[in-house]
Amino acid sequence: MTVTPLATTADPMDLLTEAIASLDLPADWVGIRATREESVSRSQRDGKPEGNRRSLQQGAMVEVLVNGQIGYAATNRLTVAGLRQAAELACQQAQAAAPWRIHAFSPEIRPKVLGVYQTFAEKPLKTLTTGHAHELLSRICQGLKVSDQIVQASASISAKEVDTWLVSSSGTQVHQQFSFFTPSFSATAQAGPIVQTRTNNGRGHAYQAGWEFLEVGDELWASVQRIGEQAVELLTAPECPDMTTTLVLAPDQMMLQIHESIGHPLELDRILGDERNYAGGSFVKPEDFGHLQYGSELLNVTFDPTVEQEFASYAFDDTGAVAERQYLIHNGILQRGLGSHESQARLGVPGVACARATNWDRPPIDRMANINVEPGDRSFGQIIGSIADGVYMEANRSWSIDDQRFKFQFGCEYAQRIRDGKLAETVRNPNYRATTSQFWRSLSQVGDRSTWQVFGTPFCGKGEPNQIIRVGHGAPVCAFNNIEVFGGAG
Amino acid sequence: MQTWETTFNQLMDALMPQLTAGETLAVSLVAEESEFTRFNHAKVRQTGSIENGSMSITLMGNGRSTTESITFTGEKAADWPLLQTALQTLREELPQLPEDTYLVLPEGDDHSREVYDGELLAMDAIAPTLLPQLAGLDAVGLYAGGRCVRAYADSAGQRHWFETETFTLDYSLFTESGQAVKGTYAGRHWDNAAYADNLAAAQTLLEQMSQTPKPLERGQYRTYFAPAAVADLMSMLSWGGIGEASIRRGGSALGPLQRGEKFLSDKIHLAEDFSQGQVPRFNQYGELAPLTMPLIAGGQLKNTLVSARTAKEYGIPSTFAEGGEYLRSPTLAPGTLAEADILAALDTGLYVSNLHYLNWSDRPNGRITGMTRYACFWVENGQLVAPIENLRFDESLYNFWGANLIDLTQEVKFIPEVGSYGFRDLGGTLVPGMLVESFAYTL
Repeated sequence: MTVTPLATTADPMDLLTEAIASLDLPADWVGIRATREESVSRSQRDGKPEGNRRSLQQGAMVEVLVNGQIGYAATNRLTVAGLRQAAELACQQAQAAAPWRIHAFSPEIRPKVLGVYQTFAEKPLKTLTTGHAHELLSRICQGLKVSDQIVQASASISAKEVDTWLVSSSGTQVHQQFSFFTPSFSATAQAGPIVQTRTNNGRGHAYQAGWEFLEVGDELWASVQRIGEQAVELLTAPECPDMTTTLVLAPDQMMLQIHESIGHPLELDRILGDERNYAGGSFVKPEDFGHLQYGSELLNVTFDPTVEQEFASYAFDDTGAVAERQYLIHNGILQRGLGSHESQARLGVPGVACARATNWDRPPIDRMANINVEPGDRSFGQIIGSIADGVYMEANRSWSIDDQRFKFQFGCEYAQRIRDGKLAETVRNPNYRATTSQFWRSLSQVGDRSTWQVFGTPFCGKGEPNQIIRVGHGAPVCAFNNIEVFGGAG
Repeated sequence: MQTWETTFNQLMDALMPQLTAGETLAVSLVAEESEFTRFNHAKVRQTGSIENGSMSITLMGNGRSTTESITFTGEKAADWPLLQTALQTLREELPQLPEDTYLVLPEGDDHSREVYDGELLAMDAIAPTLLPQLAGLDAVGLYAGGRCVRAYADSAGQRHWFETETFTLDYSLFTESGQAVKGTYAGRHWDNAAYADNLAAAQTLLEQMSQTPKPLERGQYRTYFAPAAVADLMSMLSWGGIGEASIRRGGSALGPLQRGEKFLSDKIHLAEDFSQGQVPRFNQYGELAPLTMPLIAGGQLKNTLVSARTAKEYGIPSTFAEGGEYLRSPTLAPGTLAEADILAALDTGLYVSNLHYLNWSDRPNGRITGMTRYACFWVENGQLVAPIENLRFDESLYNFWGANLIDLTQEVKFIPEVGSYGFRDLGGTLVPGMLVESFAYTL
């Protein structure tokens, strides 16, 4: 027997189609989702190589619906025989569990769909040579070391090309080709017991694109120098004061704020209780959709998997649901949740195309994709200029929130006081805490398109068995009234 | 059908002779065959089987190093071509890389083989065994069970095989008002009676959660942390705490202890202890860790986790840690507090069973934030009064493991790792409960 890498198979869709056609199972529906993931990561610390890793992983998940219950089996033996064996195992799983099923699902939860999707990559990842990658990383490390007080300068890139094929007994045929690029760099400065680290936007540079984000010229090198200088600047900055004040968040902290206190609580599987044993539940109740005043009327939030270059864009989720832009919160009122066809059928509330799996070896669950705060009408200058006394924070460094997604405490890398409508002195170890409802209802100013930036992360964890997923979050600069801020241990 | 061990050994026996002069090779394997049944409201939400394996091949030569991970199916005919292709790819890449100053070449000829068989639930017995006993309960959780493998081989001659069949049942029981208790049952041999006992204990605790939760003002409270909560706090040391690289580069929470600026209680004794065979003793470099190694003894930092790479960079001895310098089989020594005396010793304060979502709020100063979770109670005069509404804390380990540590319990408990990012985690933490004065709750 020979297992052929999917990419070199004439058409992997043919293999999956042949496997399904060969089955004779007492099933209402069968689907196969195959994934091939090829990645390269490179890193340097202080201009010296820390890691050079490549990866080529592939496999398939077979799902079988029997008597209203889906059973699954994942295998990396990509032959008709291997897939048949997995299908038979998945069928047995479904049969064994059907008497204890939580819901009688119908085949409509896996709609028939035909389509393709491909990331637009200006500079395809494979064209970034090993030598050039290390040359760039070395130069970034050198640029970060603006002072002898920089005790560590790190830079890395992660490039990943992912193909997914979805084929089902109802006629679905989907092929999606993704290109993910994640550049990251950081500088750590130390003066005796005081240690401060600054990164490029809290390591939030995660894009669906090629490696063009490393070819932005002066902008990149100015950013490198600023990160190094600000790490040193923080060593002598005073602690962030303990006070209740107007808090202004940059988009690289809004990313985390949206993710933890809007994205997760709106996941329908959390509301249904599936996640209560691990990630947690939600303070949001089914009856809240269409009614709950989630935030101030300035708050508009979309699920938008159509934004070019945002990390979690796609045309179809991992069950074949067609991905479309939807308002989750409109003028502050909660509209719909993040829930798959399965969760929508169980809960009876509207959802979105968000059934996603980390890879071929995990079943799809309700996940965020791109969750964005829509821009408002205030420039950065107008926002700061209107605040007599406040704190402006950038870049997440610490995050923690309760299992209902209500009481949170977040910390940032860098902050500045706002005094008399102007950015004033830098302060270090900035943190803030609040409850979700209080926080979003305190939203008082929303930045315009000029302040709007997109970030993302590959590391959103959830699910049993555990899964990580890629998410994207776009946001403008936003201001919040009467928020408790505080500094470090001193 | 060949066993995975046979396939792995045959692949390695065929691969190593292909190396040319100046080339060094190291191969790590992680693989598993697992059953996962996820349930909610005591009904099956998702159920399935997963067979997965991944080999990481590291080629070293001319002072350079590069790694490729490929699929491992366990069938030689399928895996051999992928392995050969990977070796060729690595050979082409190696000359293009900058020299690696801290490269560590494998050496020695250590061999080890540990195989632990188990008696696990058959796939079609999982739901019929678990769920009837949960009938009438609002139970949610995950059963995970199966065979896990970790292996290593290199061209110097080291070869290791660790294989274990284990299960974990990680579940929560909820009251109608949303109060909950956490239960965990794990091991190598499923025992219906032990499962019933475990569940009965959780149900007993759940009955105590039926009262209206007591809201508490933020402030400092005397607190008893059950072993699961202590394990959560201790796990933070794997994240920029006990690793030598982190201490050397300024970011470690134990930096103040190492520099003599802050101190821990002389009741704190932390060690790595591989004697229970829960996890492999070999690391990614093929090195065998000592069976036991003290890390903190009497509050003093005795050893840190030093990988071979860190050892080379700073010219110090390795303590055979993984590259990430995280805890693999930690134990925290017991104290003098008897189980029966916990509530009396607490007197008035909080009984915290579990914690949730911990993160450093100020790592260089050892400050941690997180939430209370599950069965947490307000205690007055040594009596459980009511469950509490969950609280956020923000506190330095130099307080709760320092001057504010009153005592640790005589009994230690094994808290199994139940995580499954990528592959199922192995092992766990052996910890006592602890009683602490003036723990800071902030929201």
